[in-house]
Amino acid sequence: MRGLRHIDRLGALLAAIGAAALAWLPFVVFKLNRILPGDPRGLLQVLPAPASLACVAALILAASAALLIAKPQVRLLAALLGLVALAAALAAAGDVLTPLGNQVVRVAPGSGFWVLFASLGMMASDAVTRLRPGPGMRVLYLAVFIAAAAIPLAHGTFDHISVMREYRVNAGRFQHEARRHVLLAFGSLAAAVLVALPVGIFCHRVPRLRGAIQGALNLLQTIPAIALFGILMAPLGALAAAVPFAARIGVSGIGAAPALVALFLYSLLPIVANTVAGLKRVSPAAVEAARGMGMTSWQILAGVELALALPVILTGIRIVLVQNIGLVTIAALIGAGGLGTFVFQGIGQNAIDLVLLGAIPTVALAFSATVILDALVEVMNRKPP
Amino acid sequence: MARAAALLRIAAAGLLAAFLLMPQRFAPLFAPLTQYGAPPIYDQGNLLDLALAQLGTVCCAAFASTIVAVGLGILVTRKSGAEFLPLSRTLVSFGQTFPPVAVLAVAVPLVGFGEKPTLIALFTYGLLPIFENTIVGLQICPPALLEAASGMGMSARQRFLSVELPLAMPLILEGVRLSLVINVGTATIGSTVAAKGLGEVIIAGLLSNNDAFILQGGLVTGLMAILLYDAISAVERRICRTARVD
Amino acid sequence: MISIENLSKQYGATTVVDAVSLAIERDSITVIVGTSGSGKSTLLRMINRLVEPTHGRVLIDGKDTAGEPAHLLRRRIGYALQGHGLFPHRTVAENIATVPRLLGWSKQRIGARVDELLTAFQMEAGEFRQKFPHQLSGGQQQRVGVARALAAEPSVLLMDEPFGALDPIIRAKAQEDLLAIQRRFGTTIVLVTHDMEEAFRLGKRVAVMSHGRVLQYDPPAMLLTRPADPLVARLTGIAHPALRLLSLMTAGEAAVPGASPGPTVAAAASLRDVLSELLWRGADSAAVVDADGRPCGCLTIEAILARGRAS
Repeated sequence: MRGLRHIDRLGALLAAIGAAALAWLPFVVFKLNRILPGDPRGLLQVLPAPASLACVAALILAASAALLIAKPQVRLLAALLGLVALAAALAAAGDVLTPLGNQVVRVAPGSGFWVLFASLGMMASDAVTRLRPGPGMRVLYLAVFIAAAAIPLAHGTFDHISVMREYRVNAGRFQHEARRHVLLAFGSLAAAVLVALPVGIFCHRVPRLRGAIQGALNLLQTIPAIALFGILMAPLGALAAAVPFAARIGVSGIGAAPALVALFLYSLLPIVANTVAGLKRVSPAAVEAARGMGMTSWQILAGVELALALPVILTGIRIVLVQNIGLVTIAALIGAGGLGTFVFQGIGQNAIDLVLLGAIPTVALAFSATVILDALVEVMNRKPP
Repeated sequence: MARAAALLRIAAAGLLAAFLLMPQRFAPLFAPLTQYGAPPIYDQGNLLDLALAQLGTVCCAAFASTIVAVGLGILVTRKSGAEFLPLSRTLVSFGQTFPPVAVLAVAVPLVGFGEKPTLIALFTYGLLPIFENTIVGLQICPPALLEAASGMGMSARQRFLSVELPLAMPLILEGVRLSLVINVGTATIGSTVAAKGLGEVIIAGLLSNNDAFILQGGLVTGLMAILLYDAISAVERRICRTARVD
Repeated sequence: MISIENLSKQYGATTVVDAVSLAIERDSITVIVGTSGSGKSTLLRMINRLVEPTHGRVLIDGKDTAGEPAHLLRRRIGYALQGHGLFPHRTVAENIATVPRLLGWSKQRIGARVDELLTAFQMEAGEFRQKFPHQLSGGQQQRVGVARALAAEPSVLLMDEPFGALDPIIRAKAQEDLLAIQRRFGTTIVLVTHDMEEAFRLGKRVAVMSHGRVLQYDPPAMLLTRPADPLVARLTGIAHPALRLLSLMTAGEAAVPGASPGPTVAAAASLRDVLSELLWRGADSAAVVDADGRPCGCLTIEAILARGRAS
């Protein structure tokens, strides 16, 4: 068999890391309550022999595939098998360690679990990269992955795991903050696109102003987010105090308004810069040809220039969206809500599970946004409209 | 044009130094932002110390991430590291989706409160732009140049040190610059996990509803970021002009 | 002298160069010409082992090149390629000094050599030494590229489509310069091109390649008059083969003793140019003079026409 000829170096590294994690790092941490430091347990200690051996067997299978098999399809399957076994073992550990009906005891994934999870995840993503899936296929992978995670979560498979414990306690608030998070990230993006596109076109047309506008936006970006949020509290607070109508539609010194404005300001630069770069990319010959065929300058702008610049502009939008999803977490500091609320609450109460409850969905959201928008950019680039 | 830029640079540096050395002189400027007789200048710590502490944290983290990221970037672009290249790319784009706060928050249970989680978060977050730019910089080297270098009898090492690396240098430095500017801002969030820095001033302002604090913390951080950006750009220009490695 | 013996290169199942043997003369320009994909560049690159041969060997002055570390071999062999390959981050002087530095020459020796080469290529040393490649014109970049290849006084210079990126006028000038440089330094030059005109102009001998094999290896006139293969005839005899043949011979070679009342032509002028001159002036013969203006014979229009006949 050709695939067996040599040992894969990446596979060897990942397998070594995984094996070390399995041998020396705690698979789960058992805590009597939320605050007390936990008691680390290994995989073999926690689970009864048949279950733990099955999990270890699956992991060994994944490691052998990583070491010896070159075919990406096989590697992907093996890595996914390992991930499923790992998740099942975690859920089982939760069930085993939690006394029936106990709501206080927590089983948190230990560092061993996380390292194994990361190694297998890297193996899977390496295999996916090598398969070179097209844009549609990548979105499909993402959808399958989300479904595979969502179904057992909804079913309650992981309910004894600490993060899900936190979720159960905060379920109502979680949904509210998550919606808030998405709204803030996308709302500021939408507003920024509306303003930044014309500004970008203007910068492209009037090169003399380009330097000044981009310089100003560059300066804006160097102000730390946390300060910009704070600085905006004052004028908006004053506005709300002076104009009752503003207050009635929700403008106030703390909360969503300053966050929205700050995110909007941060979003301007990447979109303006990419609009300019995209328009610069359009060949003068194409514009010349369009003019020669009798298109009006509006038609040229919409039908030729913007159409050709769209992939670059979309790349700017992707940058902004991912950046905003991350920055919204900080907005929680000024009472804007969003998933950052859990992160800062968790930091304050020294409760890592609460931090993770805020951080994991944020990362998942940003990751999904990246995959989807990247796929979109690729489609645009492949078939220029 | 260059003259105006130099003047602006000196003015910015002077303003920053003056404010950090004798902040009380600026009190009248900030007084209108305070209410009920609150202090206009941060009084729970020395601003200069805080700024230097933040700068120190950022520079330490940036130094470590530069070494690691450039090293890894070189490794994965060599023939022997090619197996790691696709995954590195994926990790870079995945890593950038991580909000800095999340990295910070996750680091706390591992190393406790204080400077350490901030250093870890800044280090991790700073890796990505440098790593990405190192890879791109080393890969855009035109094949004709590599062939010319080999054709003239350079060994792989000589070729790397005197052709590939100097040509990639501008992009690598751009990565360092990007990472530094992001990190100066991100470091302020470190104060939520008790790291020493200007975030302390901002958060104090947020807690006590004192806009003067928020503004001075933000301005000092912003000025530091701009000056750092400018300094690295200057190094970049110098290196691009006279890149010669022997 | 370079002997190429039974040299082959295979990539997997495809044979790019197929058992080629050539004896390349010392101190002259040999041109390898062929269409793209004929294997000519690969053949050239096996001489300095940028490509390692699958079979066969290359001897330079009787010594097998495989017996020496590749990078040391390459320092002894000049190499110039299309698009010049100049290092953008180094000045002209530093670019030219690349190989001498690798060889550890002294600073004075390097400086003197750089100046000598720049002067030889008609570039004012004081002006050009500190310039960067992007500040030069295309023709100047190309000249610096060749100067760099010649810097360490190599006995052999390999050139891969060196003039490919130049426009026709600069290209003609560059070809002239190359001939002059070759005469001045007496270097053995092997040049690869797809341009038959260039091959005829520069090559003392020309190897015509197709599909990895050398179809014919002869002086240009032989390729024209005695093509060994129909494909050679097709590649060489594009238009006006007779005139092309005449352009390969000089007045000096064809002159016979005697005097002529007609116009005076230089011994170095090609017969094609002389014929054109005579037709234009309405004369039947020309007086041939050497470079110093001394008469060295005469040339009749009939003699020229006779030389243009294929057999």
